[in-house]
Order: sequence, then C-alpha cells, then structure tokens
Amino acid sequence: MPRFIIKRLLVTIPTILVVITITWGLIRLAPGNFYSGEKRLPPAIEKNIREKYGLDKPWYQQYGKTMWNILRHQDFGTSLNFRGQSVNTIIRRSLPVSAGVGILAYLLALLIGIPVGSIAALKQNSRWDYSSMAVTMLGISIPNFVLGPILVLVFSLSLYWLPPSRWNGFFSWNVLLPVVTLSAVYMAYIARLTRAGMLEVLRSDYIRTARAKGLSEKDVVIRHALRGGLMPVVSYTGPALAFLLTGTVVIEKIFALPGLGNYFIQASLNRDEPLVIGIVAFIAITLLLMNLLVDIAYAYLDPRVRY
Amino acid sequence: MTDDPVEHHPEDQPALTPLGVPRVETPDPDVIAVGPEMAVAEADVRWTEGDEVIKGRSLWRDAWRRLLKNKLAVFGLVVVILITIASITGPWLIHKTLGFTPDYIPSNDVRLIKSFPPFTGPDGKFSWTHPMGTDNAGRDQFARVLQGGQISLFVGIISTLVSLLIGISYGAIAGYIGGRLDNLMMRLVDVLYSLPYVILIIVLLSMFRSQTPRGQLVLLFVALGAVSWLTMARIVRGQVLSLKNQEFVLAARATGVSTTRIIFRHLVPNTLGPVIVYATLTIPQVMLTEAFLSFLGFGVQAPLSSWGSLAADGAQNIAIYPWQLIFPGVTMALTLFSLNFLGDGLRDALDPQMR
Repeated sequence: MPRFIIKRLLVTIPTILVVITITWGLIRLAPGNFYSGEKRLPPAIEKNIREKYGLDKPWYQQYGKTMWNILRHQDFGTSLNFRGQSVNTIIRRSLPVSAGVGILAYLLALLIGIPVGSIAALKQNSRWDYSSMAVTMLGISIPNFVLGPILVLVFSLSLYWLPPSRWNGFFSWNVLLPVVTLSAVYMAYIARLTRAGMLEVLRSDYIRTARAKGLSEKDVVIRHALRGGLMPVVSYTGPALAFLLTGTVVIEKIFALPGLGNYFIQASLNRDEPLVIGIVAFIAITLLLMNLLVDIAYAYLDPRVRY
Repeated sequence: MTDDPVEHHPEDQPALTPLGVPRVETPDPDVIAVGPEMAVAEADVRWTEGDEVIKGRSLWRDAWRRLLKNKLAVFGLVVVILITIASITGPWLIHKTLGFTPDYIPSNDVRLIKSFPPFTGPDGKFSWTHPMGTDNAGRDQFARVLQGGQISLFVGIISTLVSLLIGISYGAIAGYIGGRLDNLMMRLVDVLYSLPYVILIIVLLSMFRSQTPRGQLVLLFVALGAVSWLTMARIVRGQVLSLKNQEFVLAARATGVSTTRIIFRHLVPNTLGPVIVYATLTIPQVMLTEAFLSFLGFGVQAPLSSWGSLAADGAQNIAIYPWQLIFPGVTMALTLFSLNFLGDGLRDALDPQMR
C-alpha cells in the first residue's frame, strides 16, 4: 500500500506541473494580454507595464520565474484584475464557499440517492423501480443551469419561500437552493449506480448464504449487501468531484456566490494570468489528491483489490 | 502476441465510415483465403441483414428486436428523430411561411423589439406567429430554439465522431500491439483523464476567443473532440485485448495480413457493439458540456444560438420573461432524456449481460 501511494504521488506531481504549464502556455500563446484592451496605451506606459510584470524578458525566464515562485514559495503572485490581492488570499477566501456548497451537495446526493437506488434494486421491475429510474434519468438530463433558475422562479419569485441568490454564510436559507440544484444530478447518478451495484450483489452467493443462515432481511441488506453494492458509488466519487468542481462554476454564477468558480470565470474573461493559473493549479491538485484518496478507500473497502 | 512489427502506413488503412468501420458487404479477400467457415464467421453473420445465404438471426437483428421491445428506448428514438428533423427543416420552414429567420430583428417598429409571451401578438391578443414568444430583441424564440437545436446536435455529433475516430484508432492500436507501447499509451490516457478538462477548455476558449461566432464554434469542436475520446479509447482497448487471441485473428496473421489491416478490418468491426452504445451516450454528454460552456458565455456566440446560450439569456430574465428559459431548457432536457434512454436501451439490446 505505501508503495502504491508513493508511486501515485510520483505521477501526480508531474501531472500538476503539466497542468500549470499547459495553462501558462495557453495564456501566452493566445494573442494579446491583460492590458491590451480597446484603448491603445501610450508606448511609455506600455513599456512600464511590460517591465513591471516581466513581460520584456524572454519567455523561458518568465516561465522559470512563475514556476519557481509556485514551487519554492507556493506563491502564485498578485491578481491583475483584483488590485492588491494576492492569488493565495483570493483562493483562501473563496474556497470555503465552493467546497462547502460542493460537500453539502454531495452529502445530500448520497443521503437521498442511496436509499432510492437500494429500494429500486430490492423491488426490481416493480412500479417503484421503473418510476424512480425514469425520474433519475430526468435528473441526469436536466442541466443544472436550467434547473437552478426554474427553482428560483418557483420557490423565490412565485412562492416567496427562499431567497433567490447572494451569499449570506452557511447558516442561512440562501444555501438551500444552490445545494439542491447542484446535488440533483449526483443524486440521480448515485441512485442509478446504487441500483446497478445492488442488483449484482443481491444475486451473489454470499447474500444467499446470509439469507440461508436466517438473517433478517434488514440485516442482509444493510450489513451485507450495501457494503458490496456501494462499490460503484465509491469509484464514482472521483469523477463526481471533477464534475462537482465544474458544476459549482455554473451554480456560483446563477446564485451569485463568491466562490472559486466565480473568480475563475472573471479571471478567464479578464485574462488575469496569475489568478487563472492559481485556480487551475488548485483545482488540479484537489482533483488528483481526491482521486488518490478514492483509490485508497476502494482498496480498504474491497478486500479483493490489492495494489 | 506483442512481438509484431509495428507498421504505420496511413495510406494502407481502409477508408473509414463515420463510425470508424468499413462496412463489409462482400467477404474480405483475406478471410476467403482461410476457408469458407472463417469467411462466414468474420464477415457475413455480423454484417449482412436480410441475407439469403444464412437464414439465422444475426446479432444486429436480434438487438433491433430487443430494442423495439423497450418502450422507453423506442420513445427516445422517436423523439430524437423528430427533434432532429424539426431542427434541420424548422428554421427554413419558418422562413418560408412566416418570413423571418432566427436572427431577424424587427427594426422598422420599436414596439416589436421586446419580449412577447408565447402565442401573443404585439396587441396582447392570441396569435400563432410566435408559439414560443420572442426574446429581448423581438427575435422569434421558436426559430431560435430550432436553430439552437441544429447547433447543439451538430456539436454533439461532430465531437462524438472525432472521439470515435481518435478513440478507436488509439485504443485498438494500444490493445493489439500491447507491451510497452500499450503501457505508455494508456498511462497517457490516465494522466489526461485526471485533468480538470472542462476548466482547461474554458481557459482555451477564453484566451483564444475568436472574433467571429463561426470561429468560436470551430474552436469549440476542437476542444470538445480533443477530450471526449479518452473513455472510447479505454473501451476499445479492453475489447481488442479480449479479442486479439481468438482464432480468427490468428488465422488472419497466419495468412500474412498486415497489422494495420488486422486492427482495422478484423478487430475494430467486432468492437462495434460497445462502441455504438458508448457513442450514443457520448452525444448527450458533449451536448451538455457545450451548453454549459455556452451558458457561461465561452461557447456559441450571438447571433448564432445554442440551447446553452439561449438558456443563459433566459436565466438572466427569469423573473420577467420565464419563457425565455423554459422553452430552450425543456427542449434540451427532452433531447438529452431521449438520447440517454436510447443509449441505455441500446446497451441492453446489444449486450444483455452488461446490465
């Protein structure tokens, strides 16, 4: 196991460097840069700006300096668009919002998806099975940027039950709509995955053994079947996190939340190079580490998997 | 199996149909050389439908029969066909009958440049002219949704074709040649898999923002096609790995068929089942990603429309003009729903054990 973790980390670190390099390259290869707006700058000012941001140096020196600061000092520099704020500050401030909404959404999805999927599997081909699977397919097919505004229309603008947008801390009703909107797709996926996993497990020999030795149906399902049946859900967590990260981008835009995604969109539109690189690198690191954790959890839960 | 010399003669490869597979109607000369049984096994059983030589039920006929039994899949198939036909012919029909195009802004009358509710004329009375209402600029929403459908479906299909082309070749080569090359190629796929690709696409699209809507569309194709082939490569590789030690491949090798030919004429056609299933499920995924990017303003640009960009306009005006979101949103959800059910149905039909 430790060997596996070390091996994976050895792949992960170069991957992160590649992501940063790709991002840096994309920004640099594209024509224009941060200060090339509609207004043409006087040559003297442009020269000063180029000097200040080191744009007058050859590209490999700029690249080297960026990478050195990131690797040596974990410093992504200062945002060009949000004056005077370092990228690290922005990330530290906006991360709790995105991570909180994302984690809550995933927990909600687990909380509802697993029971729905399990019951569908236990009552295979029943009316409940068919209707819940149709509903989950609907959940997969409605994009969250359609679902979000519709929920706002119904619950905020028509019924006046919930606030439509803005951030007000975690302990306010403002959190509810973004979390529900974000979790809908995962709920649907998790229900389907649970159903598929449970169907396979329920036919297996060890479940027959458990039944044969006279365990109650509740014990069979909860203590024996779920453990094996939830494996697909565990392995889905890795990709789900990737989608969760991109999902929050849309959710934050719809509900005007000050999260990582919102900053990322603004940074991309404004060609705010340090901020874009910082957020992309941060997302890549989170993603890769989460994938590693999922693999470890997988080996822990399934004794057949050995690395 | 792995000591095969790697041959790369691009001109050798048979012309690929969009699915990446030459449709073998006549028995392959390579196979004929082996013997009639081989020829039947390889070419005819799978490929000829309504055949006079073999009266048995082919895999594809069987699958088709199973698909027709699945009501939801048939529903999906019908809806997809209807929406495709409506998207292709709709804007043209509206132009012929009512006289406006999706980007037609009524410039002669200021009173018309506003968003009308569905089935409402400028006088506030019932009218058939705009069944989905109009957008802020007074453009007909129905025509725009249909044109958006054209672009959304087009993006979905083109990117899926690109993913088929890259994914099948990549996966089949890695799987058949095996050994160190396979290891290297699949490690690369693993690494690409773990990248936050949607984020990278946003960087690409925002940095290389094109001045023209069409340029942006091309950029979108490139970006989506470039990332959607990874799963396809894995699936094809897995299939090829399980097929490459079977007798028909051995027979082909024994008769001196070149590696390229074995991969593309003997192995790839046999991976078609899972490939078709996955391709059907890739289309809604790509369409969803496109809509997501257009919603954020990085994808399709006005005056062109896609369901994502229409939904973005609608989401901004949700409080005042809810129909601007609801029509493109529902159309899109219905299409994705149908495609997903069709894909699921195809999977059950083509591979009953894979449930």
